Amino acid sequence: MAEAVLDPGSGQAGGHDASHDEHHYTATGLSNWKVGFWTFIGSECLFFGTLLSTYMVYKGASLEGPYPSDIFDIPLTTLSTFVLLMSSLAMVLGLDGVQKGDRKKASFWLGVVVVFGAIFLGFQYYEFNHFVHEGLTLDHSVFGSTFYVLTGFHGAHVTVGVIWLSTLLIQSLRGKLTPDKALQVEIAGLYWHFVDIVWIVIFVLVYLIP
Amino acid sequence: MSEMTHDDAHAEGAHASPGFYWMIGGILAVLTAIEVALFYMKPPMEQPLLLILSAVKFAMVIGYFMHLKFDSKIFAGVFMAGLVLAMFMVSALVVLYHFLPPQQVPVVG
Repeated sequence: MAEAVLDPGSGQAGGHDASHDEHHYTATGLSNWKVGFWTFIGSECLFFGTLLSTYMVYKGASLEGPYPSDIFDIPLTTLSTFVLLMSSLAMVLGLDGVQKGDRKKASFWLGVVVVFGAIFLGFQYYEFNHFVHEGLTLDHSVFGSTFYVLTGFHGAHVTVGVIWLSTLLIQSLRGKLTPDKALQVEIAGLYWHFVDIVWIVIFVLVYLIP
Repeated sequence: MSEMTHDDAHAEGAHASPGFYWMIGGILAVLTAIEVALFYMKPPMEQPLLLILSAVKFAMVIGYFMHLKFDSKIFAGVFMAGLVLAMFMVSALVVLYHFLPPQQVPVVG
């Protein structure tokens, strides 16, 4: 099978030095890693689609409170949504730093992504804790079950992303995240942005639409 | 303005400039603020407006931050396959359980 070399980050064949490229490519000229990861993200759409469907189907079906309108704190959730959105911006800036071989810039922005991700998880922990004190537990009502499963799985994905990006941050700080490894950062970025777009949907369908 | 930034993005091949990313981030923040304003103001057509804004934010993130607009169409194809199927599933279940009369909804078990 013909092999082509990928210009790191572009996802397409280019004139990059093969000796510095650790990835293998197919006749399409695309990175196997990237095609595989986009396929994974497509399957994740179905995963979150099932959780979101379940929440939507049982929306308004709880027989006893607390109901969403009683406990949702929209200003707080807006703040956490803003933090997650800005972490996506930091992610592309970090990738830009890696691709340009700017170690300081890459480390700074990857650090921002990790910190913002951790802040988002802190907000979620606070929210869950508050809801439990209000009497909404996983087995309390269909609202409790569907809400915790949906947002909990999203939170688990954010946690995985924070751990993954922390490892890249450590590599960057040690000077090991060179431009030829930009594809690794781009794939981690795809995951992080996916987590962000899932939250964009959850924020509107769960929090803003009663 | 949008045409200029679009050209800027293409000028650099698969990736745009940091300034372009900052602009996209700013637009996303503004759209989020509009969503929250709609939530409190409760204008007519609130829900369709919220869904449209959400879809615009979604498209901007996958198009520009995930580079789908500039990358190979194969990436868009494999992603859209899952996304369209998921959207169809969510829509079908919501219609089934919220819009059809209860006697027409199949009961499992």
